[in-house]
Amino acid sequence: MKAVSVVSGTAVPLDRSDVDTDQIIPSDWLKQVSRTGFEKGLFSEWRDSRDFVLNDERHAGAIILLAGANFGTGSSREHAVWALQQYGFDAVISPRFADIFRNNCTKNGLVPAQLSTEAAAELMAAVQTDPSLEITVDVTRCTVEAPAIGFEASFPLEAATQQRLIEGLDDISMTLSHTQAINDYETRRLQWLPTAG
Amino acid sequence: MPRTLSEKIWDRHTVTRGTDGEPDLLYIDLHLIHEVTSPQAFAGLKLAGRQVRRPDLTIATEDHNVPTADTDKPIADTTSRNQIETLRRNAKSFGITNFPMGHDKQGIVHVIGPEQGLTQPGMTIVCGDSHTSTHGAFGAIAFGIGTSEVEHVLATQTLPQMRPGTMAVTVNEALSPQCSAKDLILAIIGQLGTTGGVGSIIEYRGTAIAALTMEGRMTVCNMSIEAGAKAGLIGPDDTTFQYLSGREHAPPEELWQEAVNDWRSLNSDLGAVFDSEVVLDATEISPMVTWGTNPAQSVSLNAAVPDPDSFDDPHRREAAARALDYMGLKADTAMRDIAVDTVFIGSCTNSRIEDLRVAAAVAQGRHAASNVRTLVVPGSRQVKAQAEAEGLDKIFRDAGFDWREPGCSMCLAMNPDKLTPGERAASTSNRNFEGRQGRGGRTHLVSPATAAATAVTGRFATASDLQ
Repeated sequence: MKAVSVVSGTAVPLDRSDVDTDQIIPSDWLKQVSRTGFEKGLFSEWRDSRDFVLNDERHAGAIILLAGANFGTGSSREHAVWALQQYGFDAVISPRFADIFRNNCTKNGLVPAQLSTEAAAELMAAVQTDPSLEITVDVTRCTVEAPAIGFEASFPLEAATQQRLIEGLDDISMTLSHTQAINDYETRRLQWLPTAG
Repeated sequence: MPRTLSEKIWDRHTVTRGTDGEPDLLYIDLHLIHEVTSPQAFAGLKLAGRQVRRPDLTIATEDHNVPTADTDKPIADTTSRNQIETLRRNAKSFGITNFPMGHDKQGIVHVIGPEQGLTQPGMTIVCGDSHTSTHGAFGAIAFGIGTSEVEHVLATQTLPQMRPGTMAVTVNEALSPQCSAKDLILAIIGQLGTTGGVGSIIEYRGTAIAALTMEGRMTVCNMSIEAGAKAGLIGPDDTTFQYLSGREHAPPEELWQEAVNDWRSLNSDLGAVFDSEVVLDATEISPMVTWGTNPAQSVSLNAAVPDPDSFDDPHRREAAARALDYMGLKADTAMRDIAVDTVFIGSCTNSRIEDLRVAAAVAQGRHAASNVRTLVVPGSRQVKAQAEAEGLDKIFRDAGFDWREPGCSMCLAMNPDKLTPGERAASTSNRNFEGRQGRGGRTHLVSPATAAATAVTGRFATASDLQ
C-alpha cells in the first residue's frame, strides 16, 4: 500500500447523500480481472451529463472528493476505491462513510476523513463558492484544514489504521507475524466445524 | 458478565486481542469466494509468493456473471468468460473447491452455503460480497469484505477487525399472513434508514422473528447491509437445528448432540446490554414496496408515492425529489396505479425454494399480463431441481413466466439479464439504486408474493388483490 501522510489540494463538491458504490463504479466494470484502468468507470453513468460536478472545469485537478452523508453505501466492491484513486483522488471527506467502503479505503491508502455534519456542510458550501479553496487533510494530526477560511476540524482514525496509512504497511505481513497464535488457535477449533470436500 | 450473541461468537474467534486502538485478530471459519471480487486477490497472493492457508475452509462458486439461459454454450460476453475462467484457474492452482456453472452444487454464494450445511451457528463467515450478512440467520457472524481482505483471509485465514457495536431490533407480535420476511425487513430499513446500523451487528429478536422459517430469517439478515449494518444475526433455535439436520456438511451424527448443546448456549444472555435497541410492532406492517433509489425509501403498497415536501429534513427532501425524477414518478400517485414492464423473482434475498413456492402459489392458474416480462431465477441448482420436482417450473411456464438457470442475474445486471433505460421493474432483490439492474432501469423492491401478483396485473398488487 502507498504511504500517505498529508493530502493538500482542491476539492470536488459532490453534494448528494447515499452515493452508493454502484454509482461510483457500475457493475459492468467489475468484470475486469486487473487492478487498474478503473478511472474511466468512475461515476460513468453520471459523467455522461455535462452538468455533473466532475465535468466542471473549475474543479479540474482536484485531489479531494467532498461527499455527502453515507458515501460508499451498498456493494463491497473495492473497485470503487481503485476507481477514485486512479482518477486522481487521494482523500474523501464525508459526514459518514459506509463501513466496508471505509475499510477498503484504508487498505489502499485513500484517506477517509469523516467530519461532523456541520463541519462537512461548512466545507461543502465554501468549496461551492470558491472551487480554488486549498484544503489539507493531515493523517498525522487527523485534521482537515482550509486556512483561507479559518476552517479546522478533526476526524476519527484508529491508531493502528493511522500508523498503517502513514507507513504504507502491508496488513498481511503484520498478521503473519502472529502465525504461532493462529496455529495455536487452530488446535482449539471445534471438531464438527465444516470443511470443503 | 452477560454477553450478547455477537459478543460470544466474537470472543470465541479472537486469536489475538487488540489493545490501545489496535484491532482484534479474528479467525474465519468459512471463506466463500466468487469470480468478481477474487481475481485481484489471487493476483496479489501470487505476486507475494504466498499460498492459501486453508483451502479446506474456502469454497468457490460462479454466480455474479453467469448467464441464466443457454448455459450449455460458452459465455458470449468475453470479459465475463475470462473472469469465470480466471476463477477456475485460481481454484485449481490453489486447491480450492469450485462449483462451476452447470455443477449440481452451483448457485448464488449465499444460497449454496446454507443449503449444503456449510453455514452453522457460532461460525465466522466472510465473502467479498456485502450480502454475506445472509448467513447470520443461523446465528453466525457473517459479513462482506473487500478484495484486499479477501487476499488477507486467503493468506492467513484471519482478519484484523475492530470490535463492532451491538444493536437489537426487536419485532413483537406476529406478522399478518399477507406479509413476508421481505416486507418485514423493508419496514425495518425504512425505520432505521440507510445508516441506522453503521458500525453495528444487528441482532433481530422478538416473537415475529422467532416465528420466521430459515428462509425468512435469511431474507431478513440478507438486507442488514441496506441499513448500513456490518452484519445481522438471529439466535439459533429448534428451527435452525431442524433446517441443518441431515445436510451434507452438518455435524455428523456422533457429534450432533454436542453441537446442538453448544449452539443453545450461544443466545444472548438475559440482561445482556446492547448499545442500542429499536422495537417494532409486526401487526403494523403491511406489504411494502420501494418508490425511490435507496432501500429505505419505501411505503406500504396501500400508500402513494410521497411528496418530497413532506420530509422535514432538507437532505431527505432533496434525495426524494431526485429519486422521483430518476424513477419517473409523480408525488401522490397510488402505488397500485404504477405499471411495470418487468418482474424479477430471484437474488440472494428471495430465490430459495420457499420464495418460489410462494410465487408459484400466486401464479398458479393465472397468467402474466401481456406486456410484462417475468423472470424467475432460482438461487441454486439444488433449488431449481427441488422446484422442478414439485412442478413449480410448470406452474411458472403456464403462467407465462420465464424459468431460468441459477445465478445473481438481474439483481445486479452483470449478465445479459438487464433493464433498458426507463424500464420499470418489480424485483425481489435487495437494491433499488440508480442503474443497479441496468443503466437507466427503475427498480421497485417487493416480496415474492407481491412480485408474482404484480406480474399478473401489470401494476403493483398484493396477492390478496387477486382474490
